[in-house]
Amino acid sequence: MSKLFSDENKAAFTNPLNLNNPITVQVLGICSALAVTSQLKPAIVMGLSVTVITAFSNVIISLLRKTIPNRIRIIVQLVVVAALVTIVSQLLKAYVYDVSVQLSVYVGLIITNCILMGRLEAFAMQNAPWPSFLDGIGNGLGYAAILVIVGFFRELFGFGTLFGYQVIPQALYDAGYQNNGMMVMPAMSLIIVGLVIWAHRAYNKES
Amino acid sequence: MAKKFICEQCGQTFEAASMPDKCPICGANASKIKEVKSKGVNTNSNVYTVLYASVMVIIVAFLLAFVASALKQTQEANVANDTKGQILSALGYDKATIDVAAVYAEKVQDNVFEAGELKPYDGNFNTTYGGLIKNGELHVFTATTAEGELAYVLPVVGRGLWGGLWGYIAVNETKDKVLGTYFYHESETAGLGARIGEKWFQDQFIGKPIFGAEGEVALTVTKAGAAQSEFEVDGVTGATLTSNGVAAMVKDGLTAYKDFLGGAAAECPSKAGCPNKGMCPNEGGCPDEGGCQGCPKACEQTDVEQ
Repeated sequence: MSKLFSDENKAAFTNPLNLNNPITVQVLGICSALAVTSQLKPAIVMGLSVTVITAFSNVIISLLRKTIPNRIRIIVQLVVVAALVTIVSQLLKAYVYDVSVQLSVYVGLIITNCILMGRLEAFAMQNAPWPSFLDGIGNGLGYAAILVIVGFFRELFGFGTLFGYQVIPQALYDAGYQNNGMMVMPAMSLIIVGLVIWAHRAYNKES
Repeated sequence: MAKKFICEQCGQTFEAASMPDKCPICGANASKIKEVKSKGVNTNSNVYTVLYASVMVIIVAFLLAFVASALKQTQEANVANDTKGQILSALGYDKATIDVAAVYAEKVQDNVFEAGELKPYDGNFNTTYGGLIKNGELHVFTATTAEGELAYVLPVVGRGLWGGLWGYIAVNETKDKVLGTYFYHESETAGLGARIGEKWFQDQFIGKPIFGAEGEVALTVTKAGAAQSEFEVDGVTGATLTSNGVAAMVKDGLTAYKDFLGGAAAECPSKAGCPNKGMCPNEGGCPDEGGCQGCPKACEQTDVEQ
């Protein structure tokens, strides 16, 4: 057991949460961060879906890593990811239809997410399945964390709600407060991501 | 990664991380020890690459085909059930809390509008209506709403920003007001265009009149917060193109059903005429009971002879 949670493996899991965060440091997955963060709920759903898919595609590629011909490795990775996502969405559609309706919008976004390809190429191609699995979970959660932060601000200031519930009291609107329409636009999430990167860099100055 | 070595002196093989100073078995010095290259294939050769790609494609194709065919029936049943749920949703039922199949069987009757009248439809339940409407097979669901009112549910199909939109619009017995709607989409942006699938958006349509003074479909979707007249409904903030798609879908969809919606009024001109110009369904009334329900247009067009 101790080997399963050695320092190296722990680092594979915890680094992407902070020092090697996929969005703020590796700058991967930005476009989906724009697409699904106008409200909190889709941000969380997307974050969790990416976590699961990254973890399992990492494991599969890690198992295959010694057999994959170098010249077509990206194609192989893409095929694995696309097949995995398609099969999972088919299974959801058959057994938990409501969830699949919720997720159908994200399927295309997940397949083309650079975090998946980035981690497959940078980590799973060189490492054993278990660390790759942890790396996938870590990166997925690191990604989800940023989406939630961005989603929180965009929904709060753009709609005055959180998870669809009104948070900003009516009294404030009566006093002249208005929802910020800019927050709803995709451009605003880039600005928030930029602010998060700033805060993150300032906090981790020495690295 | 451990490498494999062979000692030429004792003939034994052993594993070590790197070239050892001497053989761990017989102690022979390093010059007698040779690394054993594994007989693995050269993963960079063309033949291997092509074979690998082919095998991978065959395996993946087989896997996908197997999954798709094995799950097809369950999925189709789910889709049919969900479509029924969407129709019930337009009628004001909460599809998450009811037994969709049972309520549908009890409350909804699938009809086809043909040659001016509704005929019961006894084929397999359809889950998409775009192609059917194009071919002139107009389905109309006769149903009772959650409040117990008689309603007609019309399927509508359109295009959003990224993909298809569809919906079900429930109209009242006189076919001039919306009782409820349900809209959904294939791939609109989550949190923006996808919000047309939410209840607050759909509920805005309840009670809206369908036809304007000219008899055209006047019900439409405006920019968010800009709805003013009784025919207008607020769009979704930040999703103008999807909102426009819904507006076009409602207009085209209801226009396709014009014969059905204005069906009763077609008789109006042939009757003695409406004494109350343009107001017939509401005030004064048509002398012929039910003759010109829901059709201010026909009354206006007819030169009324008192």
